[in-house]
Amino acid sequence: MGFLDYFRSEKKRSASLAKERLQVIVARERGHRGGPDYLPALQQEILGVIRKYIEVDDDAVRIQVEREGDCEVLELNVTLPED
Amino acid sequence: MARIVVVTSGKGGVGKTTTSAAFAAGLAQAGHRTVVIDFDVGLRNLDLIMGCERRVVYDFVNVINGEANLNQALIRDKRVDGLEILPASQTRDKDALTFEGVEAVLTQLAETHDYIVCDSPAGIERGAHLAMYFADDALVVTNPEVSSVRDSDRVLGLLASKTRRAEQGEPPVSEHLVVTRYAPSRVGKGEMLSVEDIREILSIDLLGVIPESTAVLNASNAGVPVILEDKTDAGQAYADVVARYLGEQREHRFLDEKKGLFGRLFKG
Repeated sequence: MGFLDYFRSEKKRSASLAKERLQVIVARERGHRGGPDYLPALQQEILGVIRKYIEVDDDAVRIQVEREGDCEVLELNVTLPED
Repeated sequence: MARIVVVTSGKGGVGKTTTSAAFAAGLAQAGHRTVVIDFDVGLRNLDLIMGCERRVVYDFVNVINGEANLNQALIRDKRVDGLEILPASQTRDKDALTFEGVEAVLTQLAETHDYIVCDSPAGIERGAHLAMYFADDALVVTNPEVSSVRDSDRVLGLLASKTRRAEQGEPPVSEHLVVTRYAPSRVGKGEMLSVEDIREILSIDLLGVIPESTAVLNASNAGVPVILEDKTDAGQAYADVVARYLGEQREHRFLDEKKGLFGRLFKG
């Protein structure tokens, strides 16, 4: 293997790395797409509860369902405004 | 009945407007009465790519608001018979496009055209949603680049759920992949996702591959849909896209490295 081949194989990894990363993220995002229908309503209600106490933006509450094996994990992210 | 085709991508700057202009011009060249609509309210650009920016008097929003009729707003292309452009408004009011308004305009255009090409704005907001909502077919424009592929997948999700066809339980919007800015030499070096990789990740039918080409910038500089530059690689690739869309079998071109003198000399 020559000097140039070394660089070639190095580069070969960038496209296949891109493919691997895309396959993982796309599969995960497609999973959410089929997620439970109540998620948007749940998100709105949680937003409403938070707004009783503090003024936040519409996109302050993010909700995701992650599947890990047999387990479903509900992930809730709330971004509070900076003061 | 006209067929409504949305040109969409999620990500900006991947070639939606270039593709819309070329595709619409190609359909008209094939003898189909075609109108191409700029849905990018606020950031009108299709007129510039089509070279009719100085002829815009009324726009899409004027028609929706009843301030002009369709015939006053449509701009007839001077090079290709049967090709018309409906320019976007430059208003900053994001709610200028309404569902009812868009539907009424599309219904009226459908009476007098064979194809309605909707040039979607970037993003997945209202304008993009409206551009795809009434579509029968979608051209999903994707660059061989991670963020573009991911955004295209998001858009495919929306096409499958947030369109009239999806909501009314009709056959789904038929989705076609158009890969743009493709550089076979970089794919060969493993620096760029291959068309096969993209097709596999998105799992949709490949309509065409447009090579990275100086012809695209040259054509846009001159306000000419690149498909009219029929000596150029990108122009020919778009002609293939249109022919395949219309049902012709054509082999994919521009997928292999163009070897120049140096390439041949140093071919490993």
